[in-house]
Amino acid sequence: MSLMVDIEKKLGSFTLRSKFETDHGTMALLGASGCGKSVTLKCIAGIMTPDRGRIVLDGVTLFDSEKHIDLTPQQRQVGYLFQQYALFPNMTVAQNIQCGIRTGSRAEKQQRAAQQLRRFRLEGLEKKYPAQLSGGQQQRVALARILASEPKAILLDEPFSALDSFLKWNLELELSDLLSGFDGPILWVSHDLGECYRNCRTVCVIENGTSGAVTDMEALVHHPATQSAARLTGCRNFLSAQGCQGGVRLDGWGITLPLPAGDGPCTVAIPDGAVSLGAGPYRAQVFRTICDLNETAVLLRPAQDAAGPILRVSAPKTAAPAQGAAVAFDLLPEQCLCYR
Amino acid sequence: MDWYPLLNSLRIAAISAVVVFFTGIAAAYYIAKLPRLVKGILDVILTLPLVLPPTVVGYLLLRVLGPKRLIGAWVLEAFGIRMVMTWWSTIFATVVVVFPLMYRTVRGAFEAFDETLAYAGQTLGLSNTYIFWHIRMPYCRQGVLAGAVLAFARALGEYGATSMIAGYTPGKTATVSTTVYQLWQVGNDALALKWVLVNIGISAVILLVVNMLEKKNLLTAAGRGRRQTA
Repeated sequence: MSLMVDIEKKLGSFTLRSKFETDHGTMALLGASGCGKSVTLKCIAGIMTPDRGRIVLDGVTLFDSEKHIDLTPQQRQVGYLFQQYALFPNMTVAQNIQCGIRTGSRAEKQQRAAQQLRRFRLEGLEKKYPAQLSGGQQQRVALARILASEPKAILLDEPFSALDSFLKWNLELELSDLLSGFDGPILWVSHDLGECYRNCRTVCVIENGTSGAVTDMEALVHHPATQSAARLTGCRNFLSAQGCQGGVRLDGWGITLPLPAGDGPCTVAIPDGAVSLGAGPYRAQVFRTICDLNETAVLLRPAQDAAGPILRVSAPKTAAPAQGAAVAFDLLPEQCLCYR
Repeated sequence: MDWYPLLNSLRIAAISAVVVFFTGIAAAYYIAKLPRLVKGILDVILTLPLVLPPTVVGYLLLRVLGPKRLIGAWVLEAFGIRMVMTWWSTIFATVVVVFPLMYRTVRGAFEAFDETLAYAGQTLGLSNTYIFWHIRMPYCRQGVLAGAVLAFARALGEYGATSMIAGYTPGKTATVSTTVYQLWQVGNDALALKWVLVNIGISAVILLVVNMLEKKNLLTAAGRGRRQTA
């Protein structure tokens, strides 16, 4: 069971280039909103037609611009969980699920729909209409309907964007449990790294319509290959620097980090964990503190330079330095990354 | 009182409503998919009868269907049938006049349809025909029914094009509206008033039906859902 995608599609001034391959298991398509994640899914499902390229699922060519193959969405057998679930509003829960069952007599379909209802703990809701269900129940019905259609791959388009955040965590758990029995490829589209990290094994980052290499989830989090990948991991500091002897020198800070960079300008990503406040060889001025929910964000500037580049650090609320104070800090070079 | 005009009007309106029900839905569905320019041109042509005076529509139909004109002459020669001055000639007039009402209303309803529902149906393996009749049409049912009722009502009252293409022959081409005009012209005021009252009664019932469709929101799924939870 594998899915190979290599497509190109022009949408106005924006060109999508998606290229990746995944076997069974869940792969995340991670990227900011509007970067082309949903378009990629629509091309795989056959709802949109790419300009060029190939899509092969499980040995079957779904789309090939050179050989003029373009299977209909019906022939592709790709399950698609839409953002708003797209339940048919004029049908009951049971009828919605029956719609997904492709083969069998009416009686067989009813029987299988009943099985699916039990499996997804939807008993008692079978005669309800989608408008009468909660968001979580709607999602379960949509997933039950998809799995009833026996898809060869499942595409999840921002599965939690339609839900309140306080509901999310247990629905996320439920979704991954329900999907665990499925042995084909699953693509999980999201802009939330945490959500992807908890649910996916591998990840492909899409940036401005271009997909990067497929990597391990752990590799992305600890060694993001591009600046945008680093941004997705939650890193907030991207300082300009110059390559020099013995590493890179941060502009304005005069700090040299032993990172392999070579000559010329580059960008250094400094995640929160790389900075330890309180002690160390470097000096800074606290130019601003921002009280956040669980911590205090501390904005630092070089001690002698009130217009210098800003370094943003998180500190525990109880141990945050005061605004205007002079502080010492240390940088752990092994956690910093240098990008050209 | 001879009830023939009422019977004739009702059957003409019913047949016209059925014809524009299907043609209007088909036009609204397929024209929406056409390129913008073609869509704009077709839109103007199909909506034109709504704003043209019905006498102009009647004139144009006579130019085409009259016994000495293109289609009329051919049908007369091939089948021996005259296409004007019969009770069913009126159907041509009412269909043309009423079509834009159905087409416009249905198109509005289709534009409000959530296309992801159709996509979801396709990815689940449902045929496009099934999606059309079991998902798109129920979703747009209110607009489609309102269009059909309006079309029926307008066909029932059609006078201008009707009088030109079918004239007024008692017991043959007479409709309620042409009968009212004829009775008034010959000075039979009492009978004219009776027909006027019949007409007002029917129109009131139709408007009541339209209001029920619009207000109560009975027929949409959302309405159904809300009613049951309430």
